[in-house]
Amino acid sequence: MTGTPGAPGGTPTRPAARWPARRSPARRGGRRAPVALLVPAGLGLVFLTLPLAGLLVRTPWATLPERLTAPGVLTALRLSMVCATLATLLCLLLGVPLAWLLARVDFPGRRLVRALVTVPLVLPPVVGGVALLLVFGRRGLLGGWLDETFGLTLPFTTTGVVLAEAFVAMPFLVIAVEGALRGADTRYEEAAATLGAGRWTTFTRVTLPLVAPGVAAGAVLAWARALGEFGATITFAGNYPGTTQTMPLAVYLALETDLEAAIVLSLILLVVSVAILAGLRDRWIGTS
Amino acid sequence: MTGPPPDRSRPVDVPQDRPRPTGALLDGHLVVDRGVFRLDVRLRVAAGEVVALLGPNGAGKTTALRALAGLQPLTAGYLALDGVDLDRPDRRHLVGPEHRRIGVVFQEYLLFPHLSALDNVAFGPRRQGLDKRAARARAADWLDRVGLAGYADRRPRRLSGGQAQRVALARALAVEPTLLLLDEPLAALDARTRLDTRTQLHRHLAAHPGATVLVTHDPLDALALADRLVIVEDGRVVQDGDPATVTTRPRTDYVARLVGLNLYRGEATGRQVRLGPGLVLGTADRVTGDAFVVFPPTAVTLLPEHPGGDVPHAWPATLTGVQRHGDHLRVELSGPVETVADVTPATAARLRLAPGQQLWVVVDPAATRAYPATPPA
Repeated sequence: MTGTPGAPGGTPTRPAARWPARRSPARRGGRRAPVALLVPAGLGLVFLTLPLAGLLVRTPWATLPERLTAPGVLTALRLSMVCATLATLLCLLLGVPLAWLLARVDFPGRRLVRALVTVPLVLPPVVGGVALLLVFGRRGLLGGWLDETFGLTLPFTTTGVVLAEAFVAMPFLVIAVEGALRGADTRYEEAAATLGAGRWTTFTRVTLPLVAPGVAAGAVLAWARALGEFGATITFAGNYPGTTQTMPLAVYLALETDLEAAIVLSLILLVVSVAILAGLRDRWIGTS
Repeated sequence: MTGPPPDRSRPVDVPQDRPRPTGALLDGHLVVDRGVFRLDVRLRVAAGEVVALLGPNGAGKTTALRALAGLQPLTAGYLALDGVDLDRPDRRHLVGPEHRRIGVVFQEYLLFPHLSALDNVAFGPRRQGLDKRAARARAADWLDRVGLAGYADRRPRRLSGGQAQRVALARALAVEPTLLLLDEPLAALDARTRLDTRTQLHRHLAAHPGATVLVTHDPLDALALADRLVIVEDGRVVQDGDPATVTTRPRTDYVARLVGLNLYRGEATGRQVRLGPGLVLGTADRVTGDAFVVFPPTAVTLLPEHPGGDVPHAWPATLTGVQRHGDHLRVELSGPVETVADVTPATAARLRLAPGQQLWVVVDPAATRAYPATPPA
C-alpha cells in the first residue's frame, strides 16, 4: 500500500509510466492505454487517495505523542481491537460451518439461505442496529427472555458491540470461506475417507487446512469490517466510553468538539488498517 | 439434509443367502445405473491376485473402482470383501469408504498438499487409532520400503512425479488394506519414469497379500502388473483371462487393436474359416462353428495383382493409410474386411504404396489362429 501524500501528485501519467514496466519488453511498444480509460482511472486514484493525504497533511504532528496518550484514546483503541477480534472469532465459529453447509450440502432452500446470509451486506448498518434492538433489546423477542432467565443484557454493553460487529461482518467471512470451499478439490476429502477418516476428521484435518488461506482472508475482511463498524454499534450498543465507545464512535464524537482529536483518532484507525492489509496482502491475497 | 449417501450401517454379519465360494477375497457384482450409462461388472479377486480392469476411456473402469472404494454406491448387485458385505443395495446396506479395509492410489495421487510425505503416509495409520509416534514409525517404514526414506519431510509439491506416485502407494499400503485399488497408477508419469516406477510397482503389488484391482487404459501397464485382465467396454466385461490368453485370443476389436492383431469372426469348418461370400481364411487350428480368427500384421503379404492360380485366401483391398511402426511400416487397408499389414520399407518401395492404391491381400495360414467365439461354459 502506497497511500502516501506523494501518490496523488502522480496523476494520470504515473500509472501509465509504470504499467509497461511490468509487461514483457517485447510487448512494451504495442500496448498503450487509451486516454478514455487513463483519465478516469487517474481521477479514481486521486479520489481514493486524496482524502487520506488530507488526513496526513492536517495531522498535528507536534502534539501527536501527548494526544496519543490522552485518556480515552487508548481505551477506545483497545476496546475497538478487542471487540473486533471477538466479533471475528464469533464469525469464525458460526460462519465457517455455515459456509461449509452452503458449499457442500445440497439442501432445499439453499439459495434463499445464501441470500439471507448476505442481507447484512446491503442492509444499512443503522437498520441492522435497530433490528438487533428489536430482537435482543430488553423488550425484544429474545432479549426479555435472556434478561429474565440468565440475567443477560446485551444492548448497550460491550457484548452488544461484539454482536453488532459480528452481525455486519459475518457475511464477508461466509462469502470468502464458501468461495474457498467451492474452489477446493473435494477429491482430497475422498482420499481422506479411503484412509479411514470420518466426516469430522476429514473436515478438520483436510478440508480446513486446504481452505485456510480463504478462511484467513475472510477473517481479515471481517475483522476490518468490524473495526470500522459504526451504525449498528451506536444504535444497538450506544456510545459509552470504556464499554461501548469504539474508535469510529470516538472519532465521530470528537469531531463535534475537538477536530484535532478526531484527526488523531482517524489516523490511528488508518494506520492499523493499512498495517493489517499490508501485512496480509503478500501472504494470502497475493498468492491465491 | 441430503448430500452424500449416509452410511446405512456398519459392517454386519449377514445370513448367507448365496454361495460364497472360498478363494475369492473380493466378490462383487457391480451395477451402477446412471441413466445414460450403466455399469454391470462381475468381479472376483483372490487373495494375492492382481486384476487389471482394462478398457477404453469412458468404459466405466473408474466408476467400478469408485464403487469398490465406497465412493460410488451401487444401484444393484452386491459387493463383499473377505466375507463381509460392503454394499447390498437390496438391503439398503452400505459401508462407507472410511470403514472399508481398502487402500486407494488415485490417478493424480491426491497427496495432501499441507502435509509432509511422512504425515501423508501416517494419515491412515493415525485414523486406525495408532498414536502419533507409532503412526509415524509405520509411515517411515513404508517410505523406506518404497525407497523414499530421505524424503519424509518433503511437501508433495516438492516431490517429482515418480516420487509422489511412490508416496501415494506407501500411503495406500500403510493402512494394510485387504483390497488395494489403483486408478491409472502410471498415467501421470513421463515415459522414462514410468518404466522404473512400473518395475517397482510390480514388486510391491506382488508382495501385497490382499486383493489388488488396478484400472488402466494402457495394455502395457496391465500386462506388466496384472495376473489377470478384465476387459471392460461400455460398462460390461467383454473378456476375462490371464494376459497370455487375452493377448493371443482377443474377443473384441478393442483388445485386438491393443495387442496388434487382425481379428475377425466367421463360420469355421476344420482348418477353414469363412468370413463372408468368397472370403475364406486358412488357419493353423481346427475349429467348428462360430469362431474368432486372428493373425498378426506380419502374416500379411501385399501383392500388386491377384497372385493367380488357386489361392483361396486372397482378397482385394484399398490402401487407406501408412504409418511408421518400429523398423517397418504399418499399412491399413479397407476391403471386404479391414486389415492391418506390416511391410518392410523395401517392400513398400517396390509396391510404391500410396493411399487409394488397389492391392491384393494374402494371409499365411500357418500364422492364423482360430478359436470358438462362444467360450466354453
